[in-house]
Amino acid sequence: MATYLLRRAAFLVISLFLASVLLFLLLRLLPGDPANSLLSIGATPEQIAAARHQIGSDLPLLEQFVSWLGRLVTFDLGTSFVSTLPVGPEIASRLAVTVPLTLLSFLLAVVVAVPIGFIAAYRSNSWYGSLLSGLSQLGIAVPAFWVGMLLITVFSLRLRVLPAGGFPRDDWADPADALTSLALPVVTIALVMSASLIRYVRSATLDVLGSDYLRTFRALGSSFTGAMWRHGLRNAAVPVVSILGIELATTFLGAVVVESVFALPGLGSMLIKGIAQHDYPVIQGILFVSTFAVLVIGFVADLVQRLIDPRLRGTVSGNAR
Amino acid sequence: MTAVTEADALRTPRRSRRSTTLAIGCVLVGMIVAVAVVSFFWVPYDPADTSGDRLMPPGLPHLFGTDKLGRDLLTQLMIGARIALTVGVGSVALGGLLGVAGGLAAGFATRWLDDTISALLDILIAFPTLLLAMLVVAVRQASLGSAILAIGLAMSAIVARLTRVLVKRVLSQDFITASRTSGTSWPRVVTEHVLPNIWPTLLVNLALQLGLAVLAEASLSYLGLGPPPPNASWGSMLQEAQATVLTSPVGAIAPGVLLVVLVIGVNLIADGLRDVADPTRRRTR
Repeated sequence: MATYLLRRAAFLVISLFLASVLLFLLLRLLPGDPANSLLSIGATPEQIAAARHQIGSDLPLLEQFVSWLGRLVTFDLGTSFVSTLPVGPEIASRLAVTVPLTLLSFLLAVVVAVPIGFIAAYRSNSWYGSLLSGLSQLGIAVPAFWVGMLLITVFSLRLRVLPAGGFPRDDWADPADALTSLALPVVTIALVMSASLIRYVRSATLDVLGSDYLRTFRALGSSFTGAMWRHGLRNAAVPVVSILGIELATTFLGAVVVESVFALPGLGSMLIKGIAQHDYPVIQGILFVSTFAVLVIGFVADLVQRLIDPRLRGTVSGNAR
Repeated sequence: MTAVTEADALRTPRRSRRSTTLAIGCVLVGMIVAVAVVSFFWVPYDPADTSGDRLMPPGLPHLFGTDKLGRDLLTQLMIGARIALTVGVGSVALGGLLGVAGGLAAGFATRWLDDTISALLDILIAFPTLLLAMLVVAVRQASLGSAILAIGLAMSAIVARLTRVLVKRVLSQDFITASRTSGTSWPRVVTEHVLPNIWPTLLVNLALQLGLAVLAEASLSYLGLGPPPPNASWGSMLQEAQATVLTSPVGAIAPGVLLVVLVIGVNLIADGLRDVADPTRRRTR
C-alpha cells in the first residue's frame, strides 16, 4: 500500500505538471495577444510594446512558462489584468461559495440516489421499478439551468419561500442566511446529478443481484440482507465509487451554469467574467485550481476504490490494463 | 428455412421490446428533425422582425406568442431546432473523427507513447465538456463554428479513450495474430478486423455523445457564449425568458420541453442500438 501511495502520488504530480503545460500552451498558442485586453482600439505601437512588456508576453514562450510555474509553486497565481488585484485571494473567497455548494449537492444526490437506485434494481420488474428508471432517464435529459429556472418560478416567484438568487454580502457570518441562499441551487444540482447516479447504482446492483456468489451465499443459508451486507454492498460499491469521483469533479466544475442561474458569487461567475474580459491570469488561475481539485478528487477516489477492492491493488491508476 | 423454430418464437418478444425503444426514440428525434428541415424553407416570420407586440400570449397571428422584443416565438423555436441539430451533429462528426483516429493511434502505439497519450486523455477527460468549450470560446469569438469546435474537441478525448480500449481488446484476439501470420498488412487489419469489431459500441457511444452535445450547446448559449443572434438557440431563448417567466411562461417552457424531447429521443435511440449491438447487456436495461 505504501509503495502504491508513493507511485500514485508521483502520478498526481506528473499529471499536475502536464496539466499546467497544457493550460499554458492552450491559452498562448491560440491567436490573439493577451496584451490586447489591456489596450484600447487606437493604441500606438509604443503602448502595445509597453503593455506586452508589463505582462511579459514579449518574452520567449519557455521563459514565460518557467516564471509562471515558479510563481505557481509559491501559490502566486498572478494579478488580474482588469482589477489589478491578485487572483489567488479572490479565488479563495469565491471557493467559500463553490465548495459548500458542491459538497452539499453531492451529499444530497448520494443520499437520494443510492436507495432509489437500489429499489429500482431490486424491484426492476414492478411498475415502480420501471417508473423510477423512467424518471432517471428523464432526469439525464434535462439541462440543469432549466431545472433551476423552474424551481425559481415555483419556490421564489409563486410561493415566495426561498430567495431567487444572490448570496449574503458577509458570506458565512450568518450560516442560516447563507444556507437559505444555497437551498435552491443545491436542490437543482442534486436533482440532475442523482438522475445519472441512480442509473449507475441500479446497474451495479443488478449485476450483484444476478451474480453467482450471491446465489451461492443464499443457498448456504444466509438471509438476503446478510448476503447483501457481506458481499453485495462491497461489490456494488466498486463501480459506484469510481463514478462518484467523476461526478464530484463534474459538479465542482459544472456548478458554473447553476451559479449563473442563481447569481451566486462563486468560481463559475468569476470564470465567465474573466472570459468576457479576456482576463488571462484569472482564466488560467481558475482552470489551474479546478484541475488541481479534479486530480485530487481522482486520487482520493482511486484510494477508496483500492480499499474496497483488493483485486485492483496491482495497478497504478485504477484502470486495470 | 421459413418454418418458425422454437428459438425464433422465444426471441420475438425481446426483439419487439427493443424495437419499441428504438421506435419511440426515432419518432421523438424525427419530429425535431422535421421541424429543423422545414425551418430551412419556411418560417412564419423573419427571426429579426420585432414588429409584433411584446410578450403576446399564444394565439393568432403569433401561434406561440412573442418574446420581450416582439419577435415571433415559433420562428425562434424552429430555428433553435436547426441550431441544436447542427451543433450536435457537427460536434459528433468532429469529435468522432478526431477521437477514433487518436484512439486507433494510441491502440497501436508502443507502450511508452500509449502511456503518455492515455495520461493526457485522462487529464482532458477530467474537464467537463462545458469548461473546455468555454476555454475555446474565450480565445475565439462566440459563434456557431466555435460551439461545434469546442464541443467536438472536448468530445474527442472521450471517444479516443473508448476507441483505445476497444482497439486493445480486439488486437489481443487470436484471429488478429492468425490474420497477421497469413500476411495481412496492418492497414488491412484495421479496415477488415478492427473497425468492424468496434463500430457497434462506438456508434452507441456517439449517439449518447450527441445528446450531451445538445445539452452542452444549450448551456453555452444560456451563458451567452453560444451562437449569436439571429441564430436563436433554445439555450439563449431560455435565458431571455427567465425574467418574464410569470407573465409569459411559453417562452420559458417551450424551448426546455423541445430540448428534453430531443435529448430523450437520442438517448432512447442509443439504448435501442446498444441492445441490438450488445446482447449481453439486455438484462441490465
